Amino acid sequence: MSEPLLRVRDLHAWYGESHILHGVTFDIDPGEVVTLLGRNGAGKTTTMKSIMGIVTRRRGSIQFQGRETIGLPSNAIARLGIAFCPEERGIFASLNVQENLLLPPVVREGGLGLDGIFGLFPNLKERLRSQGTKLSGGEQQMLAIGRILRTGARLLLLDEPTEGLAPVVREHIGATIARLKAQGFTILLVEQNFRFAATVADRHYVMEYGRVVDMIPNAQLEASMGKLHDYLGV
Amino acid sequence: MATQALFGQLLIGLINGAFYAMLSLGLSVIFGLLNIINFAHGAQYMMGAFVAYFLLSLTGLGYWWSLLLAPIVVGLFGIALERTMLKRLYHLDHLYGLLLTFGLALIIQGVFRNEFGSSGLPYAIPAQLTGGYNLGFMFLPAYRAWVVVFSLGVCLATWWVIERTKLGSYLRAATENPTLVRAFGINVPRMITLTYGFGVGLAGLAGVLAAPIYQVNPLMGADLIIVVFAVVVIGGMGSIMGSIVTGFALGVVEGFTKVFYPEASNTVIFVIMALVLLVRPTGLFGRAS
Ligand SMILES: Nc1ncnc2c1ncn2[C@@H]1O[C@H](COP(=O)(O)OP(=O)(O)OP(=O)(O)O)[C@@H](O)[C@H]1O
Ligand SMILES: [Mg+2]
Repeated sequence: MSEPLLRVRDLHAWYGESHILHGVTFDIDPGEVVTLLGRNGAGKTTTMKSIMGIVTRRRGSIQFQGRETIGLPSNAIARLGIAFCPEERGIFASLNVQENLLLPPVVREGGLGLDGIFGLFPNLKERLRSQGTKLSGGEQQMLAIGRILRTGARLLLLDEPTEGLAPVVREHIGATIARLKAQGFTILLVEQNFRFAATVADRHYVMEYGRVVDMIPNAQLEASMGKLHDYLGV
Repeated sequence: MATQALFGQLLIGLINGAFYAMLSLGLSVIFGLLNIINFAHGAQYMMGAFVAYFLLSLTGLGYWWSLLLAPIVVGLFGIALERTMLKRLYHLDHLYGLLLTFGLALIIQGVFRNEFGSSGLPYAIPAQLTGGYNLGFMFLPAYRAWVVVFSLGVCLATWWVIERTKLGSYLRAATENPTLVRAFGINVPRMITLTYGFGVGLAGLAGVLAAPIYQVNPLMGADLIIVVFAVVVIGGMGSIMGSIVTGFALGVVEGFTKVFYPEASNTVIFVIMALVLLVRPTGLFGRAS
């Protein structure tokens, strides 16, 4: 057994006084694509933001490459090689596409060059001078993913990257995730649509009420459909 | 109308405009990133002039050294304020920052007035910039020409750094979404501190430029800052070029008002502010958000 890349143990998190995560525990091994599934409000985004240090009031243990990060500020966590692509995408309106793309600093060697990013997302290359928020929803999502590929981060946290996108764009994002996995990236993916998740992931963690309640290897997904329907209420 | 008087007022307008532009630029950058309306800006401008005065009287360092050192000294003072006080207010409403900096302005100005009275201390024009040029239609004092050109240069350089460089893209991005920029690995708290120091340093620099023109007076920033706030409201918070253009333009408008309708020269900016607020509350260059 190799050492997990990310090891989360009994993670609790709060927004102000509201206690949102109640002891989240899971692992991600190097090179895996793992999803967090769960109903709206289950705590998937909060889990990602806690890993990233964006949610500051948190307790428990989050180890990245064996190193404890629970006490670190988010800028220091990013410097260890974790990158976050938020649900709302976070494209900056006062920056053009190129500036958005170059904004996240390179924290490690081994990130993609601009050519590599344009190889995945050719559309971006045509729009470098456009204002970031003038792009279509799909292009903004590509920009939001593309810009964190440059940084050399080993672990990517992608929060609902296909939300609200047309099927063809969704497929493109799915194919991109597969290519990133092939290139050795480790990915934690939040996804509402588990049929999409099944096409890209190795394992699935199911969250309910601020806890991880189940883990389903992708190979057993078909067999677990009944259970999943109950968890997700679909 | 004597063209002599017209050009004379145009020059005075440009000089005032240069100060409006430099001060509103700093206010605007600070507000954008810190969400704090820095009411101490006028006091910090005054401190710049006093630092120049002390450098000369205590150490013999003249104008050119002051131009370099006074912004650094005043900027460091700003950094100390930010580290010890302002940083505690970021999660609160704008109003708290305004009240704190307003209080600080009163304290700083009070202390200086206690020590130095309010009659003003003289500060000589540097030897290299005495005299002037006879342009035929008017006499252009060299020092005033220098102030206009130099502050325009400083404003444009600031604009260039913010709008065209990598460092500037961090600043713009952090102004929009500091949490995400920090989660990319950028030390946003340090950036906030340095930005406040920069904005305050810019006020200190304006103070040095002003010293030979207006003398060194504890209250020199108190009246000016009110006008500068009107300029910021007219230009719109958060637009760098907007602050610069509006600053110079309103100085000129004020100058011309002195020629054509002197009674209104002290109020014209506030009248314009009221009109802008009615028609375009986000300011001439402001982004609606
Ligand atoms: N900024 C906040 N302040 C207070 N409560 C919050 C905040 N953000 C989220 N919550 C609450 O925390 C809980 C978990 O939210 P979270 O965004 O992590 O859920 P999620 O699983 O990502 O849901 P979704 O599928 O809708 O994105 C919800 O009850 C939500 O209302
Ligand atoms: Mg979410």
